[in-house]
Amino acid sequence: MKMRRYRFFAGILALDLALSVFRPAMAHAAALNSVRFLWTVMLIVPAVMVLVGLFDVWTPRDVIERNLGARSGLRGAGLAMLLGTAAAGPLYAAFPIALSLQRKGARLANVVIFLGTWATIKVPMILLESSFVGMRFALLRLGLTVPGVLAVGFLMERMMRTPQGCPVILVGQVKSSG
Amino acid sequence: MSSLILLLATLLAAIISYVKDRDRTRKALLASCRSFLGVAPALLGMTALIGLVLALLPPGVLGQLFKSHGWAGFFLVVVVGSLITIPAPIAYPLAGSLLEQGVSLSALAAFITTLTMVGVVTAPMEIAYFGRRFTIARQSLSFVLAILIGALMGVVLP
Repeated sequence: MKMRRYRFFAGILALDLALSVFRPAMAHAAALNSVRFLWTVMLIVPAVMVLVGLFDVWTPRDVIERNLGARSGLRGAGLAMLLGTAAAGPLYAAFPIALSLQRKGARLANVVIFLGTWATIKVPMILLESSFVGMRFALLRLGLTVPGVLAVGFLMERMMRTPQGCPVILVGQVKSSG
Repeated sequence: MSSLILLLATLLAAIISYVKDRDRTRKALLASCRSFLGVAPALLGMTALIGLVLALLPPGVLGQLFKSHGWAGFFLVVVVGSLITIPAPIAYPLAGSLLEQGVSLSALAAFITTLTMVGVVTAPMEIAYFGRRFTIARQSLSFVLAILIGALMGVVLP
């Protein structure tokens, strides 16, 4: 356990503490907001972690590699979009799932497409968007976003390549079962 | 409500997995624990930061920001959208209320896109999973995409 990784959190806490000296009411609101948000997060993230852990041990690597891997082509990109749009939830819930897909052999473009779709393309949400900002707006935004997310995915794969031409292995701090 | 469904589904999946293969399930749950501990610092940092930002911004300020028009207004909206990340179901009502206040449709499209795809406050978590380079590249590309979508919407829609 490296305490250094908590320095960002400690920094924010120090800011909160300083605020509590000069503006106690604001610091109180900040603490209340944070605790409330932490509660929401804790309802989602541990459950997603458990689902990802189960997915890791039960999904054979070759299934992911075949369908989302280096030679999955446009069908793979389509599948990544389908996976992303089906789920509901905040983007930070998608990170562990995306990492797990990548470790199981999904190509980087598909991982990024999955994340992008999860974030901003929600087919079940089209009706909601239409009711607030109009059907024409919602459909046009969808029509522009789909090619955009695909382009970001393939561009990312190019950008993250090492000079040798191999996609880099992503280095995060989160360890998986492997 | 939806998190209740998620929790129940997770519990069900864990029970089924446990019945089918006890050892494998134990291994999976241990891995889940480890990855949760791995992401805990970023998670705490994110929640603390969001609480602080929301407390520092008085509620009226966001609405005021969007009243400015033209190119400056457009970029302001995009930048504000990039700071925070909001799930789509919450973003749409917010977009709707901005529309009533007279925000242009292209600024609104760019705002929704950055609001959902780019998030400076969730960046610590993304970095914990994918590293700094990946996070910066993905968020900058998404930022450019949001501006392009906004600009194109402005051309197509009156």
